[in-house]
Amino acid sequence: MSELKQELKEKIIEQLNLEDVAVDEIQDNDPLFGEGLGLDSIDALELIVMLDKDYGIKLADPKEGRKIFESVQTMAKYIEENRSR
Amino acid sequence: MGKGVAITGMGIISAIGNNVAENYLSLTTNKIGISEISQIDTIHKNDIMVGEIDDTNPILEKKLGIQENEWSRTVLIGTIAAQEALANSGISDVNEARTGFISGTTVGGMDKSEQYFYEYGDRPEVRQHITGLHAGDSTNKIAKHLGLEKSFVTTISTACSSAANAIMLGARMIKSGQLDRVIVGGTDSLSKFTINGFKTLMILSDTYSTPFDDNRKGLNLGEAAAYLVLESDSMVEKNNKKVLGYVKGYGNANDAFHQTASSENGDGAVLAMKKALQVAGMKPEDIDYVNAHGTATPNNDLSEGRALIRVFDNKVPEFSSTKAFTGHTLAAAGGVEAVYSVLALQNNLIFPNLNFKTSMKEFDLNPITVAKKKELRTVLSNSFGFGGNCSTLIFSKEA
Amino acid sequence: MKQSVYINSVGSVSAQKTFDNSFLDDVVLHNDTVINVIAPNYKEYIPPAAARRMAKGIKMSTVSAKNAMQEAEVAEDEIDAIIVGTGLGCIGDSEKFVSDIIDNNEQFLTPTRFIQSSHNTVAGQIALGIGCKGHNFTYVHSAISFESAVLDAKMQIEENEAKTILVGGVDELVDHHISTHRLIGHIKKEAVETMSILKSGTSGAVFSEGAHFFVLSNEKKSSCYSELVALKTFNVLSESQVSDETSNFLMEQGLTEESVDLIIMGNNGDNDFDSYYDSLSKGAFKNVAQAYFKHLSGEFDTASGFGFWLANMILKQGKVPASVQLNEKRAESVQTILIYNQYRGENHSLTLLKKC
Repeated sequence: MSELKQELKEKIIEQLNLEDVAVDEIQDNDPLFGEGLGLDSIDALELIVMLDKDYGIKLADPKEGRKIFESVQTMAKYIEENRSR
Repeated sequence: MGKGVAITGMGIISAIGNNVAENYLSLTTNKIGISEISQIDTIHKNDIMVGEIDDTNPILEKKLGIQENEWSRTVLIGTIAAQEALANSGISDVNEARTGFISGTTVGGMDKSEQYFYEYGDRPEVRQHITGLHAGDSTNKIAKHLGLEKSFVTTISTACSSAANAIMLGARMIKSGQLDRVIVGGTDSLSKFTINGFKTLMILSDTYSTPFDDNRKGLNLGEAAAYLVLESDSMVEKNNKKVLGYVKGYGNANDAFHQTASSENGDGAVLAMKKALQVAGMKPEDIDYVNAHGTATPNNDLSEGRALIRVFDNKVPEFSSTKAFTGHTLAAAGGVEAVYSVLALQNNLIFPNLNFKTSMKEFDLNPITVAKKKELRTVLSNSFGFGGNCSTLIFSKEA
Repeated sequence: MKQSVYINSVGSVSAQKTFDNSFLDDVVLHNDTVINVIAPNYKEYIPPAAARRMAKGIKMSTVSAKNAMQEAEVAEDEIDAIIVGTGLGCIGDSEKFVSDIIDNNEQFLTPTRFIQSSHNTVAGQIALGIGCKGHNFTYVHSAISFESAVLDAKMQIEENEAKTILVGGVDELVDHHISTHRLIGHIKKEAVETMSILKSGTSGAVFSEGAHFFVLSNEKKSSCYSELVALKTFNVLSESQVSDETSNFLMEQGLTEESVDLIIMGNNGDNDFDSYYDSLSKGAFKNVAQAYFKHLSGEFDTASGFGFWLANMILKQGKVPASVQLNEKRAESVQTILIYNQYRGENHSLTLLKKC
């Protein structure tokens, strides 16, 4: 799980071009949206594609993303439980 | 305030008809243009419904006498609609007065660019499409085909409000005396580019779109071209022109909220509608019918509904979205709905908002769902686009 | 009574070092068939959180627009409208999105590239950045994209619909665009040195990119560069019609060719199309001081934004840099400038500026 979390942090930074953010600055329970990393709805769509491409998880409704992408912790948990690759 | 600018001709091609008469017939007989996609080979063909124009490119090319694969579909349908508008206005010599052409498009020649993207190197015979990636190229080709010379010709690309903005610019140029007449509107063909683009935003419906319905699932993409001919009062007088209606008010504003989504309270939409009312010298209660943007995305319909309530102070006029007939035709939408607004005025008829069943939770707004006869003096038409672009046009029977 | 239209500031990111508002003191000499902008350090202008999704065209525009707003001393909330011209918008993202569609067979596509592909993304993002809720238009008509934007702004100020407008032109240069335009000969085959471009004797142009923004206003500020007197565009003109239309254009302003102090032309060294300019430079304007600029800026849809920048700089600074002079004639003092531009025989524009 901690490996996955590390991997997710790296991917988030890379995928969303967060040039000024370092991996160790993101805590597992930091909120990703709004306060915290300050991601927005376009980032959420980018993360949905990441779930599909890298972990084989398809979300049909962008609203489902809200809970999953609360933090790196929630994301990792959801991926562990649902991944097909 | 301002006098209206005369509309003397119109032309359209959409999923519900190849000309104005066919479109009107479809609107009054509930013949919708939404179906499974047949002319573009996409892996999403089972997941989406679209508003495709029936004619294939070879048929359009034949109608126009254009060589095979010379033009993008955006140019083909644009030319058909612009020609109809000119003919409808009774203009034979396009250069006899200072005539302009202002077209809105988002994709331009993207249908061909995406098809030949990797093939240009090996296939000299398709290289005519390289310059087609310029949005302005489609406008230039239509202008040339219409025979325009030494003229003001330009292209506006403000996403889904493009054609509305083209109509706005044209009206302003007539008013300021820079042109005697101008052909205004827009054209966009379907492409893999837009299908996949909207797919990434997750706002495409997998079934028939349901504008303003609580259970709406997103939009149906469509393709269309539609143009109006606007003329100055002196041209109308000189040639004793029949006037179909007037562009009475217009306003463009920016939501300045988000790159793609509309603000929750529809700030930009409110500003655009208020500006248009101001230019028209009208009060909200002077509006008899609203042809809404109504794309059937969760975000648009909520934001637009709230904006309508704010502008009309809870006395929202009868309204409908015609996008359930045509699909969302992107840059052309403002032109398509301008034609429908004029048809509504001419026939004193409000077109139905199809597929609506359940009122939205957030407010008590129900569109007109069955065609309704009503004396109409004014129609307000909204078009909103990415980049926070919000446009409103007001059409009237009287100047 | 129509309001006068003043250009109160300029901002430029181009193939010359113009982002710091210096005036061609050290001309950057290129020797290529495609040239890129001399880029500022974008980080000095754009916070990383804002920059992370920005295409090159948006970055160039942000810098250029910021510089223009600063120089005109207008607060963000004083901007009534934002109008942008761009031939191709953020074409880099459009092309990447297309290649992603093909390469991945329509799967795993992300929205950012599609969003940036909207031609109005620059105008929209500037509006978003400064919270401008006014009129927001984007013109995408090849070589008159920028002129269409200026014309729209001019009309609004004249008719008192707006007081202060941010107007700009932007285009970015990217690989696929270059390779395809090489195939059809629009780009020169052989490299050409900046100062000898007009003597190349070859077809095609040197392609480039840039962003030019200006604050136009009904009020003449102390920073004022010029007054915009008239602007007209033509979709097509034959070579022989260029002189007549230019005469008519000047006549409408009560001017003749001789009353123009300097004509700036868009010659790009394309052997097939520079003859349009010759019809003026060797004809009615042969006794008028002449200048050119595309050897410095390169050719792109909104390259005339660089020409507009040059004209404004000349009017304000009162000198015509040697590097842009096209003939031996020198005006004693430059009060009136005419700009003529076209691209491949289409989309001609005439712009008349006066010292303010």
